[in-house]
Formats: sequence, structure tokens, C-alpha cells
Amino acid sequence: MEYEAVIGLEVHAQLLTRSKLFCGCSTTFGRPPNTQVCPVCLGMPGVLPVINEKAVEYAIRMALATDCRINHRSVFARKNYFYPDLPKGYQISQYDEPLAEAGHIDTETPDGRTKRVGITRIHIEEDAGKLLHGEGDDEASSLVDFNRAGMPLIEIVSEPHISSPEEAVSYLKALRDILLYLEICDGNMQEGSLRCDANVSVRPKGTKEFGTKTEVKNMNSFKFLKDALTYEIARQIGLMEGGERVVQETRLFEPSTGRTRSMRTKEEAHDYRYFPEPDLLPLVLEDEEIEAIGVMLPELPAQKKTRFMEEYGLPSYDAGILTSSKRLADFYEECVGLFNEPKTVSNWIMSELLRLLKEHNISMEESPVGAERFTALLKLLKGGRISGKIAKEVLEEMFATGKDAEAIIEEKGLSQISDESELLQVVDRIIADNPENVERYRAGKTKLLGFFVGEVMKATRGKANPQLVNRLLKERLG
Amino acid sequence: MDVVELNGWELAEKLKGGEITSRALTEAYLERIDAIDGRLRAYITVCREEALRQADEADRRLREKEGITPLTGMPVALKDIFSTKGIKTTCGSRILEGYIPPFDATVVERLKGAGAVIIGKLNMDEFAMGSSTENSAFFPTLNPWDPGRVPGGSSGGSAAAVSSAECVLSIGTDTGGSIRQPAALCGVVGLKPTYGLVSRYGMIAFASSLDQAGPIARCVRDCAITLTLIAGRDPKDSTSLHAPVHEYESHLDGNIKGMKIGIPEEYFIEGLHPEVEKAVGESIRVLEGLGAECVEVSLPHTEYAVSVYYLVATSEASSNLARYDGVKYGLRVDEGGGLLDMYKLTRDRGFGAEVKRRIMLGTYSLSAGYYEAYYRKASQVRTLMKRDFEEAFRMCDVILTPTSPTPAFRLGERLSDPLTMYLSDIFTISCNLAGIPGISVPCGFTEEGLPLGLQFLGRFLDEISILKVAHAYEEATEWHKKRPPLGKLLGEG
Amino acid sequence: MSITRRDVEHIAELSRLALTEEEVSLYTEQLKKILHYVEKLSSVDTRDIEPTTYTIPLQRRRRRDEVSPSLPPEEALKNAPERDKDCFKVPRIIE
Repeated sequence: MEYEAVIGLEVHAQLLTRSKLFCGCSTTFGRPPNTQVCPVCLGMPGVLPVINEKAVEYAIRMALATDCRINHRSVFARKNYFYPDLPKGYQISQYDEPLAEAGHIDTETPDGRTKRVGITRIHIEEDAGKLLHGEGDDEASSLVDFNRAGMPLIEIVSEPHISSPEEAVSYLKALRDILLYLEICDGNMQEGSLRCDANVSVRPKGTKEFGTKTEVKNMNSFKFLKDALTYEIARQIGLMEGGERVVQETRLFEPSTGRTRSMRTKEEAHDYRYFPEPDLLPLVLEDEEIEAIGVMLPELPAQKKTRFMEEYGLPSYDAGILTSSKRLADFYEECVGLFNEPKTVSNWIMSELLRLLKEHNISMEESPVGAERFTALLKLLKGGRISGKIAKEVLEEMFATGKDAEAIIEEKGLSQISDESELLQVVDRIIADNPENVERYRAGKTKLLGFFVGEVMKATRGKANPQLVNRLLKERLG
Repeated sequence: MDVVELNGWELAEKLKGGEITSRALTEAYLERIDAIDGRLRAYITVCREEALRQADEADRRLREKEGITPLTGMPVALKDIFSTKGIKTTCGSRILEGYIPPFDATVVERLKGAGAVIIGKLNMDEFAMGSSTENSAFFPTLNPWDPGRVPGGSSGGSAAAVSSAECVLSIGTDTGGSIRQPAALCGVVGLKPTYGLVSRYGMIAFASSLDQAGPIARCVRDCAITLTLIAGRDPKDSTSLHAPVHEYESHLDGNIKGMKIGIPEEYFIEGLHPEVEKAVGESIRVLEGLGAECVEVSLPHTEYAVSVYYLVATSEASSNLARYDGVKYGLRVDEGGGLLDMYKLTRDRGFGAEVKRRIMLGTYSLSAGYYEAYYRKASQVRTLMKRDFEEAFRMCDVILTPTSPTPAFRLGERLSDPLTMYLSDIFTISCNLAGIPGISVPCGFTEEGLPLGLQFLGRFLDEISILKVAHAYEEATEWHKKRPPLGKLLGEG
Repeated sequence: MSITRRDVEHIAELSRLALTEEEVSLYTEQLKKILHYVEKLSSVDTRDIEPTTYTIPLQRRRRRDEVSPSLPPEEALKNAPERDKDCFKVPRIIE
């Protein structure tokens, strides 16, 4: 029998606010344990939460960017459970009246089609602290660091519209791109600023009913998401084919083995006893506020790609790559503003700049070659000061030394030789040194032109203007 | 009369005029505490050194006429539910053993800012859950009028300390009557402001949608003065109101001519103590004599108040008290059985029987399958109760009721029967559910000499009317001038 | 609806309270009585009635996104029943 997977993702994105969701503690990552805590985020007796306006604004941005319906009144609720990383014994979240509902994200399937994945809801909630196991002085203890407690999160819950691990990855990538474009989350999966859980079930292909689902956790990279889902789907199909039943449970993905395993189920079923958070009034959003945020919304990846194709005449492939990150797209546009040859700029970014970034293992932001320098190089190329080959060398040098193109060309004497009399001397010498090949050429073996060009280039260490060399050789060889 | 028995506003004049220093006054109160608190047991903590230091600072302010308020130099005490920086705060519970807050509650900040002297922290029912202060994890507080009886609760220590002049005034909290009921049982004045008028920040939560802080004093004027100083918007409390704070004292002109006073028929029920009924009846005539007009009003959902209250309050409490888990502060009992075991042992040993009972009731009311029938249903009936008041206040300016159905009961009398204990709050609960202000003033004594209280309820944010009518009544009567016989507390009885 | 011993044991578990057999019996009886008393709510017609959680008018209450000082680490950990260096210490959790 053929099976199909039904997958829904629950994504937690940490918002890029300066301070926590309900108190003024800093959100800086990686500080020493318990240095970013206060009575509020430690849940000391008598403290009260006051919501960060920026977190609300960021959540609205995401809701607008995913075409959600924003509720004019949403309610905070307490999710009650005991865990040492949860200082108050409840998490402030939103439950039956979330911030936003019924949106969607368009993603690309592996075969290049566009697939629309529904967003069930987006809500605001606070993060818990961090538990450290086996780091303390004695083995019988775990340690708690509350720096992360109270960090602002939005949870984005998708509809079960995803039907393969590849689609899940593509959905998560699209979602991450949007978060990055909106500048509301840094999207770092390793550091946990973007976290993803999946609800997975399988059913015989063509049937309508959902199978029993499991919740898979701990997938902190795109690769792990794909591996975990692939494993889990196969596991569930295996069970069904063997006549066994899938058990509804939470499963943990283990990167070391590539498998998911059942988390030890507590002796009790979860009963979170949600009820409205009496310490926070419902969040009331007027149309004017939502509209004002909407107006300020940046262009999103899909829109930008279309515009790049139309405005710069780029092929879909180029536009897709250049808009894959906002930084890169911004860099591209800055370059085109300085040097109006969109396709040349695109080629050089895609084939050279991105390669060098990868080789040096640095990000766009850290690149030593800014738009000004990059286009200055392309201008020198266009003006004939250097050849394409030299330009590539110069760019590498620019990366390595941080100097600009002009300085490198000057320093290394890489300027292209376009002086006809100077080149003529070289051409004549090459012709004089290779009488046999001259004869063969003249006898009709014109393919040997390449040999002569190569020799001239060798002699000039690549600096000769190739067009000029071609013309002069042809003239001299007759 | 001993200086400590004067009203706050009288003492303020003496302090301002240099007739007495804050240090001398503070020492006088400390002496009173030393003399009687060994038996009365109103205080959990007496802040002797800090108080004297604050008194000296207040004296400097008074001398240099620097930001003087009516509370500058005044020894006030706090229910031990308010977080005090550097001073242990127990909330009447073992579970907070050793806990010293690193911050002051907003109310405490404001009192300190006004120059008040914080003389100590007062006994209470554990986590404010109770009506007799017998649920304190440490010891019961006695009623100054009769040491065999309870002072009421949960702010029993706060009412007893004011009544026996162990402080000028105190700040209590009221979730279902916890300021007004002990004030009535101890013969003093207790004010529960509109929900949100006084910041809850730093006040340890029992039921967040009901809790409100307010003053307990020996006269209405002192309550009015104190309210002005502690009320007002607090950016740290999302539920604190953006409402004007009045100079409440300036409205106490004794003139209530034409004021309409609503008498809800539902409050004069079977089970109402005859002496309470008689005293309240007489007070109605006093008010009419002052030119007020009494009208009958109806609050038809009153009979559901106790049910709604105990479901809503316990639900919220079950969640509010989840933070006491032995991880961050307070008690931890760990016998090596792992995390779950540590949680259970800590909470089992740390909480008293009533607190556990309420956590369980609240957990049950919120749990899957019962939420609709209990928590949600109660919240819906709460809406109806709120509407009852809105309707009634179309007919009248304030509502008059007894504060408590009975005078102070005997220690131990209701401990074994939670439900009867819950019914002690029957007249005070609705006010919290509706979020409106209420005040209790002394309105007489039983033949045995136990004080009785009269309650006025006001419209949302209309503290002025209830303070005004309470003050006019007080002026027309002598009840508030009586002081408890302290002989028994001095060991003479 | 009448509360059973099993219910009481379940909610004690949810509330993280260790109860003795006697306590379970006592609480079952007491909660039964209280729940019987509150049962009268079921007679109130609450169709189309919105529940009340907030008695005050809805107001906009948001904080500016500004960092304010955290507690000094010593203050943060001062009340910890048990600590290990700069962390709160709890019995080991196995996941």
C-alpha cells in the first residue's frame, strides 16, 4: 500500500527585542548564567508582567506578512505545569483567543511548484529558562539558568498541509526568510532563536482521515528536520504495515543516531488548565495601529523576487538567489545603483562574491568588500583597465587584504595593456619565436590563433587587452 | 488618652508643629508592642532598627520642611503580604521560610516616599486565605476586645494592631473581605478601594483579579489620607487604573443630605446575628437623621456570591501558588527522591491545610472536563453580579450592608468546617467580584462588648461617596472612639 | 458531579502535593461538601453571558522596549535554597 505523510509544524521564533517580554532584562545571548534576571522573570512573589510594545509590533508584522486575520482583542492565558525552568509554575501564552489566525505562506516544492501552506495561528508567549544537566558539582543535580526565562517568542502553527520532509524544509526556509526580512528574529537555529516541532502522521494515500500523530521535538537545523521527519514517517509506515498502531506521544529526535525516540511519558497526562491571565488585560488592537505597522512592512521575499525579474530583467534563478536573504538583495540593489548593469552585477555576485564568502566562511555582513568597492572593480573591468581574469584575481586579493581594486592593480602592476605599440612588440616577438606555428597557421590552421593569444597573455602575465591582442595577431599573421 | 491612641491626622499636626518627634512616637509604639504583643501576636516581624532610622530621617524632613506629607514620621505597619526589600516577607506561610525580597512593593515604596515609618509586618492567614488569622503558619492573633476570639481575617494582624494602638494605621489586602471583615471584628475602619486603584506590584498574589490593598485605621479620615498617598497608576502593574487620585480628605464635609443609600434586601438574611441586625437598623436611622435617603435595592445574585468567589479565587490561587516549588526561594524539602518528590514534599510541608484545600479546589475547577462547569460558569455568574450592582447604583449612590453576619467568633470555632468559615465572608465578597470599593466602619457593640461593623459599597471608582458617608456616620456616632480594654493582654486577665 | 478519591489523588498530583491516605479522605469529604454547595450555580441561566475576568475597562498597557538593570547575580541567587556556582540547583532531571 502507498502511504502519505501529514505534517504540521509548530515554530517558535524569538523576537529581536532589546528587553524581555514582560520585564526590562536584556535579551543578549550567551551571557553568564542568571545575570539577566530580575524579580519579574524569576517569578518572585508579588511581581507582575507588563508587555513589551515592540514584541506586540513584531508579532503583528509576522501576522501581516503571512496574511493572517489579526484579532482586535486577544487574550493572554496561563498554561500551568511544573518544571524547574518555569519560574512561575505557568507560562504566559495565548490560548483560545490568539493574536492572529488563518494565514498562509507560499513555499516552493522540490519540483518547483508553488504550494500554499496554511497558518492556523500566531500567538505571543514567553520562553522558559534553561536546564543544564551534568554540569554541576554533583551528578545527582541539574542546574537552572533563568537568563532565557521571559524572552519574547511568537509561535507560528501551520495547518497539516505539508506532505513530505522536503516540503517541511522548504516551508521552514520560507518562514525563516520572512522572519529575517521583517527583521524580527535572527533565525539562528543552533542558538535556538528559531525552534521547530512537528506533528506527524501517516495515512494510506488517498484517504481523508488523519492517522494518529506524534509530536517530534529537537530538530535544530534544516537537515535535522528533514532527517527526523524521514525517520519518523518511515517508522510510522513500518508500524502500520506490521499491523501495529502508532501511539500518540512526544518523540525526541537524536541527531547522533538520526532516530526519534519516545520521551519518557510522565505518570500523568498533561492538563495545562489554561485560563485567562488576570495580571494582563486583553490585548486590544485598533485598525489604525495594524495599518500603521502594515505601511512600514518591508517588501517580502516573494514580492522582491518578482520585482527583480521585472525591474532588472533577471532570470528567475538569479532573482531567487539574490533575494534569498534581505542583506544580499539590499547589496545587489546598492550595487546596481552604483553601476547600472544589472545582469553583470548579478553574474559577479553569484559566481564570484558568493563563492568567496563561502570559501572564507563569512556572512554578507562581514564581507570586506562593500558595494562601493565591488562596483568600482566592475567599472575597471568595463573600462578595459583589467581583464575578466585579472578582475577575479583582484577580487580575491580584495577579500584577503581588504584593500580596494585600484590599489591592488597599482601595486601589482595588473593594469591591462591596451597600448597598441607596446602590445605590437610582444606580438612580433611571439611570431618571431614560433616560425613553425606561423607557417601552419598561414597554411589554414587558424585554430592556432588561440595558441598565439595564450602566448601573448603568458608573456604579459595576463594583462594584455584580449580584444586588442586578437586584432593585432590576426593583422600580423595575415 | 495615651499618645499612641490618637488618630493619624491628629498626630500629623503634632509632628508638623514639632510637639512630638517621629522618634518619640515610634518609640512609644514600640513600647506598646513590647507591652502587649507577646499575647496579642499581631506582628510577625517588628522592624525596630529600621523604624528608628526611618523616624530620624522623618524628623529631619520635618525640621527642614522637606516634602512633608500627612504620613511623614507616622509609624505604620504592613500586612506581611507586601514585599519589603531586605526584610523577611512570609505571607503567613512556612513555604517562604528564609525569603528576603530584593525589592519593595509599590505600596511600600509610596509609603516610604511619603516619609512613613515602617514599624513592622503583621500576621495574616496564610496567603490571605482565611477569615480568622488562625490559618497563619506561625500563630493566631487574638482579638483585642476579647482574647478568646479571633480578630477576623485574613488581615487580622493588621486590624488588631490598629485597634490596640500598636501602630497608627496599617495596610492590609482584601480579596473577599480581608480588610473589611477584620476591621469590623476589631472595631476599626477598613477600606477596600476599587480594583486597580492601588498597585498590586509586590503584593503577594492570592487571587489576582480580586486582590486589592487598602488602609486600616482608627478613623475614616486616616483612611482617606492614606489612600491618596498610596493610590494611583503604577507602570509595573498592567491592571492599575489610569484614573485620577483625589484629595479624598477634602471631601469629608459631613454633608450627606440627599444622598441615596441603597439597602439590599438580600443582605438581611436568616443567620444574620440579631445584634448585627439591630446595630445596622439603628445606623440606618442615624443616616436618615443626617438627611440621607434610604431606598430598597436588589442584588438578586447575592446568594451565588460565595460559590462564585470560591471557584474564581481558588482557581487563580492554584496557579499563583505554583511558583512555590523549592527551586528559587523559600523552603525546600528534599529527601533524595528526585525532582517530583522534592516538589511534593516541599509543597506538602510548606503549605497549611487551608491553602492545600484551596489549591486543590482551584486545580479541580480549572482541570479538563470541569472548567466549563466550574471556573467558566462562575465567571459568567460574576458578570451577572457585576450587572446587579450597575442596576442597583442607578437607584442609589452607595449601598449599605452589615460587614459580617456575626461579631468575632471564638478561636477554633470554625476551623474544622471550611464551608462555615467561607460563609463569614458572605457580605464582603460581592464587592471584590464586581471590583467596586467598600468600607467598614464601627457601628456598635454586642452586649458582650464585641465591636460590630457597617459596610458601605460604592460605584466603580467612587471612593469619595463611601468615604463621605462613612465619615458623616462616624461624626454622628461615638463608636470609633472606644478603645479595647488592654488589661487582659497585659496579663491581668 | 461528585468528587471521588481518585479525583482528589489526581488533582493532588497535578498540584504537586503529597497527601497521606487520611488527607485524601478528609479532602474528598470537604471538597464534596464545598462542591455540593457551589452546585447551586448550575441553576443560573448563563446562556450568552460573557465571563468576567477583568472588572476594569480595557486600557492600553504596554512597556517601551527598554533595558533596565537586572539583579546583581548575588541578589538573584541569594534566596536560592540550593545553588551551584551561579545556577539554581535542583534534583537531577532525566529527559
